[in-house]
Amino acid sequence: MTVRLDLADGHLALAGRLDTQGSGPIWQAALAAAAKAKGGPLTVDLAAVEACDTAGATLLADIAETHGAVSFAGAAPATLDLVTRVTAARRLPPRAPAPPITWAELFRTGFATATDGLAFFGEAATALALLPARRKMFRLSDLWRSADQAGVRALPLVLLLGGLIGLILAFQSMIPMRRFGADIFVANLVAIGLIRELGPLLAAVILAGRSGSAFAAEIGTMKVNQEIDALTTMGLDPVTMLVLPRLIAAIAVMPALTIVLDLAGLLGMATVLVGDGIPMVTIGNQIAAWVVPSDLYGALVKSACFGAAVAAVGCRAGMATGLGPEAVGVSATRAVVSGIVAAILLDGIFAVVFYRLGL
Amino acid sequence: MSDVISVSDVAVRFGPRQVFHHVSFSVHAGEVFVILGGSGCGKSTLLRMLMGLLPPSEGHIEVLGRDMAHPDTALRIQVGVMFQMGALFGSMTLLENVMLPLEMHTALPEAARASVARTKLGLVGLGDAAALMPAEISGGMAKRAAIARALALDPPVLFLDEPSAGLDPSTSAGLDRLILDLRRDLGITFVVVTHELASILAIADRCIMLDKTAQGVIAEGDPRTLGETSDNHTVRAFFRREAEGAGSA
Repeated sequence: MTVRLDLADGHLALAGRLDTQGSGPIWQAALAAAAKAKGGPLTVDLAAVEACDTAGATLLADIAETHGAVSFAGAAPATLDLVTRVTAARRLPPRAPAPPITWAELFRTGFATATDGLAFFGEAATALALLPARRKMFRLSDLWRSADQAGVRALPLVLLLGGLIGLILAFQSMIPMRRFGADIFVANLVAIGLIRELGPLLAAVILAGRSGSAFAAEIGTMKVNQEIDALTTMGLDPVTMLVLPRLIAAIAVMPALTIVLDLAGLLGMATVLVGDGIPMVTIGNQIAAWVVPSDLYGALVKSACFGAAVAAVGCRAGMATGLGPEAVGVSATRAVVSGIVAAILLDGIFAVVFYRLGL
Repeated sequence: MSDVISVSDVAVRFGPRQVFHHVSFSVHAGEVFVILGGSGCGKSTLLRMLMGLLPPSEGHIEVLGRDMAHPDTALRIQVGVMFQMGALFGSMTLLENVMLPLEMHTALPEAARASVARTKLGLVGLGDAAALMPAEISGGMAKRAAIARALALDPPVLFLDEPSAGLDPSTSAGLDRLILDLRRDLGITFVVVTHELASILAIADRCIMLDKTAQGVIAEGDPRTLGETSDNHTVRAFFRREAEGAGSA
């Protein structure tokens, strides 16, 4: 394939096979020649072109577009037809410019999202209130399965993370505390921090990462497969059948997970302190003297609320899954992020409430 | 012949986008009524409204003499639905899928539910597949199983969304025969959304054709004669299997 431009008489001669293979090497040169000839007449001589496919016709259309006023000479009628067809195919339908995003629109979208979320909580609350009348729709097997998935199967991870967190907190606090000869108070610091704050919060993060995303993916897949629509058309309430078992399971397992995480954390801390020469009995006494039952009760109430929030957010993300293969992934991600954010927000609210109550 | 479904002056909008408007038609008892049209014309949206999954923006839809905009459970169980991909519950066997509506809406003991469910599966030719999971069956079998589940409560009306989609011609023809057999044997009224011409000609007593450009119904009648009698180019082209716009470049 060759390209030859004669600017004196506005003549661009192409020769050889103008097809997918042949047009590539001369593409830039041909367009550069067309640009160079801009302003004057340009005749593209195709007499020596042996074959032309859609790639070649695209090159000719590009040449015409670059130059603006091209005439083709010596072309076979089929080549000209192909150029016409390619030119028409490349013509985009006119599209109205997208309206600019306004503050009012942003407000409306935000308001709609917030009301959608509230509506979901309302639906879940209604389903819970109507549960006695809809006992058949509430499948205990789903409840056990969700509890197993969110609770029992999360235990190894909870034990590992709890133990490590206790260990890390003990090591990190040991160094500054030792300066003041207050090594023994590491037990108080870690125990109170874990039981009051970190235990419920870390359990919520684990729940969001493992189960919130799983809830969103399970329900989202059902949504994509139209199984939710199928339930609705059968006169069954998807919230009662799919959301309530997961919600109740999460509320039930979260306090247990929190206790396990606390115990693992305390064990991790004790390992460090015993290694530092502090007897186990002393550690136990320190914890018993400083940690009061209300610390644990408050943490358990918090963890149950975190469980409800994480499960509700996960189920809501699943129910709001859009269309297409990527929608389930988007919902799962949204469930994790929103679940963690919801738990931390709730924790902030609890902190203020407990402070006001003097707990 | 009494009307089972009545659609009056229905319009649907999503935000500023109008999908269709002024859609009116009725479906008679015991007929196979087809809603057809090209992609994006709103036929699946119309079907969702007929199923009571989406209220119309304007107009009125009655199914079995009752408003379908906000249906209650009693009305919902009068209407069976087969979704495009079957929408079978993946964690249940075919038998359990068919038993689910019976469990939720009847007082039948479990053995009776299983027996009724086996009958329904037998009606659609899946009597020997009751123990299989949805993941273990073909697309055609999934659609048959979905029809069996939709038949579980013996509804007088059955909606089918794209029953032929993704099926080979032979399986599709088998499904068409099943629809006609069920209509004959059980007297069910079928509303079918499809754009498979062979299927339409095989099963439809009447049809309406929606069009994206016209944003509404452009033809209504017997599909065997619409291609000849309609003065609308799109309708004629569809029934003559002409590709609109071809050769216009």
